[in-house]
Amino acid sequence: MSQARRNPLAVTAMHAILIAYTLIALFPVFEILINSFKTRRAIFREPLALPNAETFSTIGYQTVFQQGDFALYLQNSLIVTVASLFFILVYGAMAAFALAEYRFKGNMLMGLYLALGIMIPIRIGTVAILEMMVATGLVNTLWALILVYTAQGLPLAVFILSEFMRQVSDDLKNAGRVDGLSEYTIFFRLVLPLVRPALATVAVFNMIPIWNDLWFPLILAPSEETKTLTLGSQVFIGQFVTDWNAVLSALSMAILPALILYLIFSRQLIRGLTSGAVK
Amino acid sequence: MRGRWHIVVFLAPAVLVYTAVMIVPLFNTLRLALFTEVDQQRIFVGLQNFQTLFGDPRWSQSFWNALGNNFWFFFIHMLVQNPIGIMLAALLSHPRLRFAPFYRSAIFIPTILSFVIVGFAWKLILSPIWGIAPSMLDAVGLKSLFSPWLGKEGSALTTLALISVWQFVGIPMMLIYAALLTIPEEILEAAETEGITGLSAFWKIKLPLILPSIGIISILTFVGNFNAFDLIYAAQGALAGPDFSSDILGTFLYRTFFGFQLQLGDPHMGSAIATAMFVIILIGVCIYLFGIQTRIRRYQF
Repeated sequence: MSQARRNPLAVTAMHAILIAYTLIALFPVFEILINSFKTRRAIFREPLALPNAETFSTIGYQTVFQQGDFALYLQNSLIVTVASLFFILVYGAMAAFALAEYRFKGNMLMGLYLALGIMIPIRIGTVAILEMMVATGLVNTLWALILVYTAQGLPLAVFILSEFMRQVSDDLKNAGRVDGLSEYTIFFRLVLPLVRPALATVAVFNMIPIWNDLWFPLILAPSEETKTLTLGSQVFIGQFVTDWNAVLSALSMAILPALILYLIFSRQLIRGLTSGAVK
Repeated sequence: MRGRWHIVVFLAPAVLVYTAVMIVPLFNTLRLALFTEVDQQRIFVGLQNFQTLFGDPRWSQSFWNALGNNFWFFFIHMLVQNPIGIMLAALLSHPRLRFAPFYRSAIFIPTILSFVIVGFAWKLILSPIWGIAPSMLDAVGLKSLFSPWLGKEGSALTTLALISVWQFVGIPMMLIYAALLTIPEEILEAAETEGITGLSAFWKIKLPLILPSIGIISILTFVGNFNAFDLIYAAQGALAGPDFSSDILGTFLYRTFFGFQLQLGDPHMGSAIATAMFVIILIGVCIYLFGIQTRIRRYQF
């Protein structure tokens, strides 16, 4: 081992840099959360102090619950995210299996065609997407969002999943075929359970952008009944911009679900990002 | 002999949704850019919308302003986000560094937050009314440096770009970290016996080996920046103020296509702007695929 690797001075310096950057990353989030529980006066007098018995207040949260329909927004976000992930995973895995398993004319071309969407953002087509959704009556429905996010997620999903499906052993599939299993049974019963880690990676990659998107909810589904949490909090904060208690509380409530999802899935996410799935 | 129909069944759902919701609208948008609306009739006008966009000073000024701002936005990301990401990854990948998983998870937290949260949170923190930023600068004796950065024409765009860097530094950090982990220990040990350690090992051994990953994060940053919208919209509104100084292509497209205040939305001019964005992104991706990716030597271990 080299000296540099054990040098206590170097190690201390490394920790100092990392701690400093961690503080930069967490400080704004921390500030919003603690101030959402304070009185208006305390927010301005002592912005850096933790709430205490004297300054504690939930007036902001009361305004949020009275004025905004956050339960509905949360429900919409959950429906859109879960449904989109379901379609991305099922359709993506099916297509990936077809590309990885069978040799047929145009296999390569089909793979390239599906891969186009990895680099070209779907937002470029927004004008025509809106026209299509208006024409089919899907505008201001959650289906509009689910369809768009499914189309957006499929290219990368097919790409990652077909890489993994190539690694599934042929012996297993051929044994199934000898036993007379149909191709569908082989896919759903034998192959799909084996690529579960890859499915989880794809799900986690897609979850954050879908949950946080502002563009498509704003354009395709801005009605009160279909607002997602991201759009709902944006509109709410815009209306209550001078009511600092309400704004801070609304921000905290928008942070919370994202943080909870992250705590549940962070190990999967980090494993996915570092496993080289996106190389 | 079994039929081959199952291949069609497996491919059909994905191909249909992808084609109908992504590819067809993409080409339809490019096609709509060649039309305009007169008396509620859609008529073909060829390249006239592009002539307006680049020739009419009212339009071209906004377009070049948004494009220039967008390049500055990208430049700040390349100059600040990616080097910081690489540095953090290099520190985190150090063997036997304690608390590394904690740092990694904590630094990634801003990346999972929505633009709405990030935009408003920073707007509050940098607000001269609230005073967190000025009082913190005061604590280190630099209060004179404070100004309402988001409200000034000269600094709004750079401030927003830095906020975006704050949010997304986790992504280059993770991807470079992953690349650094794949470098075999034997190579580093061989370098050590030659006396190459610490910083010089990073510059001479590790950096050349992670060049392909740096190429990937660069093109990801490019595509992400040239289709950005949400942060500017959340922090500055559709007008991308003050006086359009933080206007980028995404906000320009939104205003044109959807309308704002008194201006009516114009899907055809919107399509023309979307087409311009498509061409810019395509050029970037081609430069990456043919100019950069093929020239970087990949090492297989």
